Amino acid sequence: MSNKILEMQNINKSFPGVKALSNVQLDLHRGEVLALIGENGAGKSTLMKILTGIYQKDEGSIIYDGKEIAPTNTKEAQELGINIIHQELNLMPDLTVAENIFIGREPRDKLNFFLKNKELNQQADELFQKLNINLNPRTKISELTVAKQQMVEIAKALSFNAKILIMDEPTAALTDKEINTLFDIINWLKKEGVAIIYISHRMEELKRISDRITVMRDGEYVATLPTETTEIRQVVSLMVGREVTIEQKVSDPDKFTDKVLEVNHLTNHYIKDVSFHLKKGEILGFAGLVGAGRTEVARAIFGADPFSGDIKINGKAVTIKQPVDAVQHGIGYLSEDRKRFGLMLEMTVKENIVISSLPHYSTATFVKATNIKTDAEEYSHRLKVKTPSVHQRVKLLSGGNQQKIVIAKWLLKDCDILIFDEPTRGIDVGAKQEIYDLLEMLANQGKSIIMISSELTEVLRLSDRIIVMNEGRVTGELLNQDANQENIMELATQHN
Amino acid sequence: MSTLTSNPSASDQRKKLVSSGALQQILAFASLIILVIFFSIASENFLQWSNIEGILLSTTVIGILALGTTFVIITGGIDLSIGTGMTLTSVMTGVFIVFLGLPVHVGIIGGIVTGALIGFISGFSVSILRIPPFIATLAMMMIAEGLSLVISGASPIYFSDVEGFNNIALGSVFLGAIPNAVLIFFIMVLIGWILLSKTIVGRYTFSIGSNEEATRLSGINIKKWKMIIYTIAGCFTGVAGVIMASRLNSAQPALGMGYELEAIAAVVIGGTSLSGGKGSLIGTMIGALIMSVLTNGLRIMSIPQEWQTVVIGFVILLAVYFDMLRKKDS
Repeated sequence: MSNKILEMQNINKSFPGVKALSNVQLDLHRGEVLALIGENGAGKSTLMKILTGIYQKDEGSIIYDGKEIAPTNTKEAQELGINIIHQELNLMPDLTVAENIFIGREPRDKLNFFLKNKELNQQADELFQKLNINLNPRTKISELTVAKQQMVEIAKALSFNAKILIMDEPTAALTDKEINTLFDIINWLKKEGVAIIYISHRMEELKRISDRITVMRDGEYVATLPTETTEIRQVVSLMVGREVTIEQKVSDPDKFTDKVLEVNHLTNHYIKDVSFHLKKGEILGFAGLVGAGRTEVARAIFGADPFSGDIKINGKAVTIKQPVDAVQHGIGYLSEDRKRFGLMLEMTVKENIVISSLPHYSTATFVKATNIKTDAEEYSHRLKVKTPSVHQRVKLLSGGNQQKIVIAKWLLKDCDILIFDEPTRGIDVGAKQEIYDLLEMLANQGKSIIMISSELTEVLRLSDRIIVMNEGRVTGELLNQDANQENIMELATQHN
Repeated sequence: MSTLTSNPSASDQRKKLVSSGALQQILAFASLIILVIFFSIASENFLQWSNIEGILLSTTVIGILALGTTFVIITGGIDLSIGTGMTLTSVMTGVFIVFLGLPVHVGIIGGIVTGALIGFISGFSVSILRIPPFIATLAMMMIAEGLSLVISGASPIYFSDVEGFNNIALGSVFLGAIPNAVLIFFIMVLIGWILLSKTIVGRYTFSIGSNEEATRLSGINIKKWKMIIYTIAGCFTGVAGVIMASRLNSAQPALGMGYELEAIAAVVIGGTSLSGGKGSLIGTMIGALIMSVLTNGLRIMSIPQEWQTVVIGFVILLAVYFDMLRKKDS
């Protein structure tokens, strides 16, 4: 019996228009923890989805336990002994622990119809004893903490006699104490010969728990390193290390003087004690990994989520309880999902541009149509929106032009503070440049901009100053001249 | 999207006192008791046996419809076709027994099978054709309404010549005191309760409603089970249809529209969550009883029918509001 439980070679996978994986390899030994790391979009999830049968590979081979496999669904992978614990736990909250673990395999009578609940709970109890886990099979999942729920998922995976266990960001929602418990379980699993693929952004955790580290970048395999002899810094530079030099903005920090927005101790469900300020004419970049809490900061400032803490605009304390308040104070928010939150796709360019400013065009009863048309045309011209006319339905425009419509909407509303959440998401390369130019033009005209972006190159290209977040907290602030991909990434993965 | 979650330990402790689903049931049961006490003080006629019998009898049809649709609602779906579906099963029972002259028991089975078929088609539309339950069953509601009128020629089918048909609902095999319809209602509660809590059908009903995607990823054929669940609800519709026909001693093709909403109201009052995953048939039974106690009590107090409807409307509003509060908690 070879020590290798899994060998994936030359895995290729394309989605329409995107090459997600190109010649990726990965090997895994029995009883080891292999950390799989990479930036957002590096291809980790796609690779794991192929291994667990959620996606099918285009090319390449998967040798598992000496045999070539190609699972076509999760159940097939599970029966082979390959299990994944997703970051969003896949449990039925209204069912009990035992019901969840044995769903689809519950003990039944001869008719295969009536349930034997006593046996079900007994089996669960036996499983927990074997695993040395302290859980009551009869408790409903919704009554458990996230850490306990995760243990249910682990127990479920092991009840399939898992030989490979994939954990996707398992510690994201855990407290330090709970993390220790999890690591105890992982160490026990290792002794039992279970191989673990551990996906995490927390570098210091990888140091503690993993045996080897495999790095991926842009859908490609980069390297595999033994954890013991590897420095975190090394791993980070492998993660981000694009050869291409990137354009970095030359920004003069003294140019900006007036604070237009001050945020102090912003705290809610998702974010903890976030404080920062924004100056007039400045582009303030928010960097961090997906889920770092950047969007949540934007939503709080915009009044979309409740929060505690205070916000000052132009030196004056303001109360923002709902988006209406924020708009009144001149804040415009451009959602990362403009199709859902930014636009009425079935309505025209004109209607979308003026939607937030309608009262301005209305007499007591009627909407003044001619003014609307003139203004809509002016703004769509100023932002170079490519549309046959302002009567075109927004649905028919390209992503870049749709984004411009959202910008036009807030400009017409006279917003001085604009929050862009992933402004170039889903926009092709050529149009991205146009959006960049537009953002710079707006800043030069004295608009103050907060830009949230998960693309480091974009952050460095546009920001005058950069705030880095992780796990709902601000982990650092950098002037553009001091920032580079490495130190941003280090702050973005810093766990405190 | 965030990776952070709430501090679970606090809510943990609160929930241990009493699970929120049970709380709603206790509330519903308490409301029923309070209503009964209130009406018995307000009117001395209320607690007369004949009145109680009347209340129970008027609960049966809506009650049985509500039991069936509880299954569907727990999966996170809805079934609007049960009202006119019930009518169609009444009409088909009439067709089998009166038009075709088949024996009574064959007619009854035929009626129930008709109900099952209606449920099956709804289930097929929802799970295979992926039509949202609201639309699929709205369409089924109209189809059943139309078919009832077409098949019956838009006039009632009378069972007057069928001996003993009226006794199915109004006779009394049990102690000679309780009408059969009431007995059947309680038997249906029992059957439903066993199905929901003791069989795999029930387990998957809750599982699908609790997290459909996770259920699917657990290797459960959710399409198949949804069809089964809608078909079971259809069987309940069939039973309700037969009882309706027997009570009226006729199949009334123009009746039935609106029954579905009363049934859904009973389900909601009984603590079943419209967002799925939570619910119980005992709750639904209590919900149905609350509705008929209210109607009956208000009538005894000589409150005009128009106002009875208004009151019931407010009760539904209140019940759904509690459901929302519960969701916010979890």
